[in-house]
Amino acid sequence: MARVIVDVSLKPEILDPQGRAVQGALGRLGLAGVTSVRQGKQFVIDIDGVVDEAKLHELAGNLLSNPVIENYTLRIEQA
Amino acid sequence: MSVDNVTTAATTPEHPQPYRDLGLRDDEYQRIRDILSRRPTSSELAMYSVMWSEHCSYKSSKVHLRQFGDKKPHTDAMLVGIGENAGVVDIGQGWAVTFKVESHNHPSYVEPYQGAATGVGGIVRDIMSMGARPVAVMDPLRFGPLDAADTRRVLPGVIAGVGGYGNCLGLPNIGGEVVFDPSYAGNPLVNALCVGTMKHEDIHLAKASGIGNRVILYGATTGGDGIGGVSVLASETFDADGPAKRPSVQVGDPFMEKLLIECTLEVLHAGLVEGIQDLGGAGISCATSELASNGTGGMHVWLDRVPLRDPSLSPEEILMSESQERMCAIVPPENVEQFMAICRKWDVIATDIGVVTDTGRLIIEWKGETIVDVPPRTVAHDGPVYQRPYHRPAWQDALQADAPTADRLPRPTTAAELRALVLRMAGAPNLASKAWVTDQYDRYVMGNTVLAQPEDSGMVRVDEETGLGVAVATDCNGRVAKLDPYTGARFALAEAYRNVAVTGAKPLAVTNCLNFGSPEDPEVMWQFAEAVRGLADGCLELGTPVTGGNVSFYNQTGTVAILPTPVVGVLGVIDDVDRRTPMAWGEDGDLIYLLGDTRDEFAGSEWAHEVHGHLGGMPPAVDLAKERVLGEILIAGSRDGMFNAAHDVSDGGVMQALVEMALRSNVGARIWVPDDVDPFVFMYAESTARAIVVVPRDEETRFAGMCAMRGFTASRIGVVDSRLDIDAIEASTEEASNGAVPAQLLQLDNVHGETLRWTLDELRAAHTATLPAVLNA
Repeated sequence: MARVIVDVSLKPEILDPQGRAVQGALGRLGLAGVTSVRQGKQFVIDIDGVVDEAKLHELAGNLLSNPVIENYTLRIEQA
Repeated sequence: MSVDNVTTAATTPEHPQPYRDLGLRDDEYQRIRDILSRRPTSSELAMYSVMWSEHCSYKSSKVHLRQFGDKKPHTDAMLVGIGENAGVVDIGQGWAVTFKVESHNHPSYVEPYQGAATGVGGIVRDIMSMGARPVAVMDPLRFGPLDAADTRRVLPGVIAGVGGYGNCLGLPNIGGEVVFDPSYAGNPLVNALCVGTMKHEDIHLAKASGIGNRVILYGATTGGDGIGGVSVLASETFDADGPAKRPSVQVGDPFMEKLLIECTLEVLHAGLVEGIQDLGGAGISCATSELASNGTGGMHVWLDRVPLRDPSLSPEEILMSESQERMCAIVPPENVEQFMAICRKWDVIATDIGVVTDTGRLIIEWKGETIVDVPPRTVAHDGPVYQRPYHRPAWQDALQADAPTADRLPRPTTAAELRALVLRMAGAPNLASKAWVTDQYDRYVMGNTVLAQPEDSGMVRVDEETGLGVAVATDCNGRVAKLDPYTGARFALAEAYRNVAVTGAKPLAVTNCLNFGSPEDPEVMWQFAEAVRGLADGCLELGTPVTGGNVSFYNQTGTVAILPTPVVGVLGVIDDVDRRTPMAWGEDGDLIYLLGDTRDEFAGSEWAHEVHGHLGGMPPAVDLAKERVLGEILIAGSRDGMFNAAHDVSDGGVMQALVEMALRSNVGARIWVPDDVDPFVFMYAESTARAIVVVPRDEETRFAGMCAMRGFTASRIGVVDSRLDIDAIEASTEEASNGAVPAQLLQLDNVHGETLRWTLDELRAAHTATLPAVLNA
């Protein structure tokens, strides 16, 4: 049993309106000094048996993330 | 590392510069050196390259587009003509309207959602920079075949992007087109139109006048969005290189745009600004050079004051960045404080980045060094102009000779074949219901929409007290334009004009988005030249001037160009939107009339495309004098209450128009095929200058007299009838309690001696199933 974690975030040069909205809210709610917020999403995938890492990278790069505007990182945790 | 400044440039003439990679030709680069009497700095090179790109300079199209001015019909309605961000039209009662359509084709192919979203954002900023409040958007869209794999990637993203951005802004999307054709498979067309309204006194122009006035950049911060996007996107076509070569994508933020709209209108109405301009393609390069060259002529900008999202950007990149949701205003010094206060109120960042001067030079400083020192006109207006060679393609004759006559393209001959064909055509991708698309758009937000898809035009109320309103329609049949580009442009104009008139609005003005392949291909250039000539001639004949528009070249996959696609938008005015004519017929006994003449014209038709995949022959004749008379009848009939409904006859001919009217009203009708015409030709020919009108019986005499007086053919072809389901009606009278509800039927008599009947339920099933079946799969 393996656990695969894929983190997807917008490329650094791409505008992140949602992150900007959170940044504004953090300031309004009393957290001083926030200079930037970037948000993203995480996929947690549990797999039985052999892990095909190449296939995972292919799917992470095309299905789970949009390669035009997003980056992903992938790590495998053995349970 | 220090930046390349003017002093360095003057002393290092031999310094090699990557001008070719920026899309400049050898002679263009030499011209820049001649203008400056030295080599350009890297920042100047960035500005010239982006402003002299096809997208910004119209260098291939300019010589042809002049016809829109030269052949401009006389009209008092034009308040601001071509050349500004958008033309402005007088619609009476002190109101003016501005509208424009632009393309965002290439970005939408790379990243469908953001490409389409920022397309909407860009055109909305164009409209508000004229001082108008945006009130509606429309999107003419074209994709590859519905069932193509890439269409399933591109289409949902584009629709979601258009809907997402427009819905967040709170602007109704009142119409547009969705067309499928294999030629758009690797190059979808995403055009966006916006309509804005204002009082005459609120019109604003993009110019920087008044020495000492401040240059204020406001809106979003500047990041690395789409750097070089304009230049690179408009001068290269897509190949199979994959993501690495793709340019940086721009991401839109509609909530920021909404603040920008409110903030901009408030500073304009407070009379605080001298000139204003949106930042679109070419960003700060474009805004500063255009404002300066339209105004007093000089400007001094401190570029390091521009607030950045990404602090690592170089000055060249800042000049070229296409970050969205930014505007530039020219503000007299005494108003700056008030201007800034309004920006703060709307939570919009505003920065004083420069000053208007009388030097005749645009000077840009970066951390104390002068990195740009140019005459602004040479950047903004005096770019290269090309007389691209063009010639009629060798294949044009063969294409036109390949006519879809009955002996060459098999036609349905029996009543049974025709019955089946009606169901097939109702569900053909180009004719099928586009509700899957338009249901994702908010069509009624703001509460002023009176007509929206699937009606012939979108119509919005402008004055809530008098009911004054405007109607807009966009159209283009690219297949007809391929058969003959001159006729094709007039065909598109005629259809959009008719679609506006059919609702009862009087057509006033034209905008266009000319989507073509590569201008370096002489055959494509011929298509373009012919289409422009056709549109300019047509506008002169119809008395509707072109107020502005957009050219999009390099729409091709490999060496194969898209169908020439001159999308034409027509705007009309209606004194009282309560008098509009809808497409749904109403009352039993109302008479159904076909206006105009039907000829055996199938070249470029939807039938030839859908059933035979055929394109050839001479396109249907376009007679604009006739269209004008038809328009008069439609407008007069609407004003005088002679019509309960009307619908344009175009794609899919009379039969498809009847199906759409019946489905829209959910009431049946009995139609008879006139004796003097072949049933198939009557049903599916696509002759122009035709419309279906529904006339109450007590108006028939007056209506017939109006048509006769104008010498226009009006044929009675049917009657609205909700009681055609004899069986159910008899059953319910025999036994009143059995609850049988009569089905609504569309009945067609005199089809090779037989009567054809369809229930509206089966027509609706065929009409609405097509898009969901593919796109929800």
